[in-house]
Amino acid sequence: MPVSLEDVDHIARLARLGLTDEERTALRGELESILGYVEQLAKLDTGGVEPTASMRDDSTPTRPDRTSNDDDAEKLVERAPDRQGTYLRVPKIIEASE
Amino acid sequence: MSDTRDETPDYGDWEPVIGLEVHAQLLTESKLFCGCSASFGAAPNAHTCPVCMGFPGVLPVLNERALEFAIRTGIATGCTIPTRARWARKNYFYPDLPKGYQISMFDEPLAIGGGIDVETPAGTKRVRLTRIHMEEDAGKNIHDTDDAHSLVDLNRAGVPLMEIVSEPDIASAAEAADYLRTLRSLLQYLEVCDGNLEQGSFRCDANVSVRKKGDPKLGTRTEIKNINSFRNVERAIDSEIRRQIDLIESGGTVRQETRGWDADRGRTLAMRSKEDAHDYRYFPEPDLLPLEVPRERIEAIRGELPELPAARRDRFVEQYGIPDYDAGVLTARRDLADYYEAAVRTHPNPKALSNWVMGDVLRTVRERGLDEALVIRDWPVSAESLGRLVARIDDGTISGKIAKTVLEEMLASGAEPDDVIERKGLRQVTDAGAITGAVEEVLAANPDKVAEYRGGKDKLLGFFVGQIMKATGGKANPQAVNQILRARLGEPGTSSGG
Repeated sequence: MPVSLEDVDHIARLARLGLTDEERTALRGELESILGYVEQLAKLDTGGVEPTASMRDDSTPTRPDRTSNDDDAEKLVERAPDRQGTYLRVPKIIEASE
Repeated sequence: MSDTRDETPDYGDWEPVIGLEVHAQLLTESKLFCGCSASFGAAPNAHTCPVCMGFPGVLPVLNERALEFAIRTGIATGCTIPTRARWARKNYFYPDLPKGYQISMFDEPLAIGGGIDVETPAGTKRVRLTRIHMEEDAGKNIHDTDDAHSLVDLNRAGVPLMEIVSEPDIASAAEAADYLRTLRSLLQYLEVCDGNLEQGSFRCDANVSVRKKGDPKLGTRTEIKNINSFRNVERAIDSEIRRQIDLIESGGTVRQETRGWDADRGRTLAMRSKEDAHDYRYFPEPDLLPLEVPRERIEAIRGELPELPAARRDRFVEQYGIPDYDAGVLTARRDLADYYEAAVRTHPNPKALSNWVMGDVLRTVRERGLDEALVIRDWPVSAESLGRLVARIDDGTISGKIAKTVLEEMLASGAEPDDVIERKGLRQVTDAGAITGAVEEVLAANPDKVAEYRGGKDKLLGFFVGQIMKATGGKANPQAVNQILRARLGEPGTSSGG
């Protein structure tokens, strides 16, 4: 299945990846071969087979609705690159309207 | 809640088509996938842990109560609950979303179909639901601290939400508000959401398009965000309908986009969006197994549903003999309906108590600005005390007018009606001797008015009654006063009837 460089750029932008020209070309080849493999699989007749959602034949486990946090923002926030008090601090987000 | 509203606006030969998406915060103690508290108002990032902060290597574990609440809502709105639902990742980058994706549901939601019956001035309208799914909330960004930075508080990140999506069955801004009130009331009855718009536990986005009347094809729609009150729902949708009509009529075309409601300027504004903003690349969440809810569990939840607002309204009309309108007001909120029923159990005069609850109680609640909170929690007079107060009117101890004074005192001090009546000496005077004394006093003090009355000025009767009530501190029984006064004065003028 052909993958264009524009496809690579689009996916890289969604994933916030900055790629060099060599990486773009290499990834284009890799993506084509992955999709080619999936195309092969798609040729199989799976009409009577239910889609596999998980390798385990089980429902997702649950936990009781009880609080267990220790209200210690400090020890988590101190791992962030930047902070102000116990807030995390990030470069300005611009939410402009036109 | 407002009882007043504008008449249905006239959009000429245009017809609006509206669908609503409601995000309702589930009333759990802890978050959807971790044990952090889901409560509102803690210090920044106090309610966080490695799971909801998106640290590497952590795994989400589902809150069983959140699941039960969402299923309860699906059943109460007549949805089909499929035997299997599946979690999905919705991928986007934003600082309030620490993992870089939101755990949500996509192609296999928790509940499908169903609908809500909305009472509108034109009758009952069925608004169909598309789906209900569960997802985690994002954190909160604060932008106005300095020019170079934004701050992030992740207390809300991971709080359980349920998204309720309607079909585009809504035909006006007023109907949208009616739908939201009905839905909020239902969620409060189900005790799954507190319905607080200001605090953001009940949020609404509106999809709006317009088409020529009779045109089967839908127009291009826009999505309005940031609507935080029922009044703004109506204003925002109405303003967007008008904007689209004006745009099309002046030769333009509506662009599919997200618009924010600017309440100060009273209009919607396009939000800056990149062309790939909606490219979320959903895929099945690998950290969670599919959700399989056994039939027996669904039936058990169905069996535990409380009486819902529409059924309770019908029962109030039937059981208490009150008008449908009254029953609608009283049952709009579960706590108010519970309050009313507790008062009636104390003193079985449903009609009088309905008037008191709808009148004095709700008016005071509104004056004190409590109507967005749960009413009765902040209301200092218990249902039993209100019942005892009305009982004192019915047994003739006090008049209805004095009862209002007693209620004010009960509100101020939290005292019981009997204590207030005794302490303030408000017991009604029914003793004919005492009232006759007051009548004689007033007539003796106003000989000229007595002459005028007897000369035919029968309106003066009200003046005498007023003076006598004043002389007795409002405590004289008004019927007794009238009777004694009329007997003492005789018929006014020469006219014998009237």
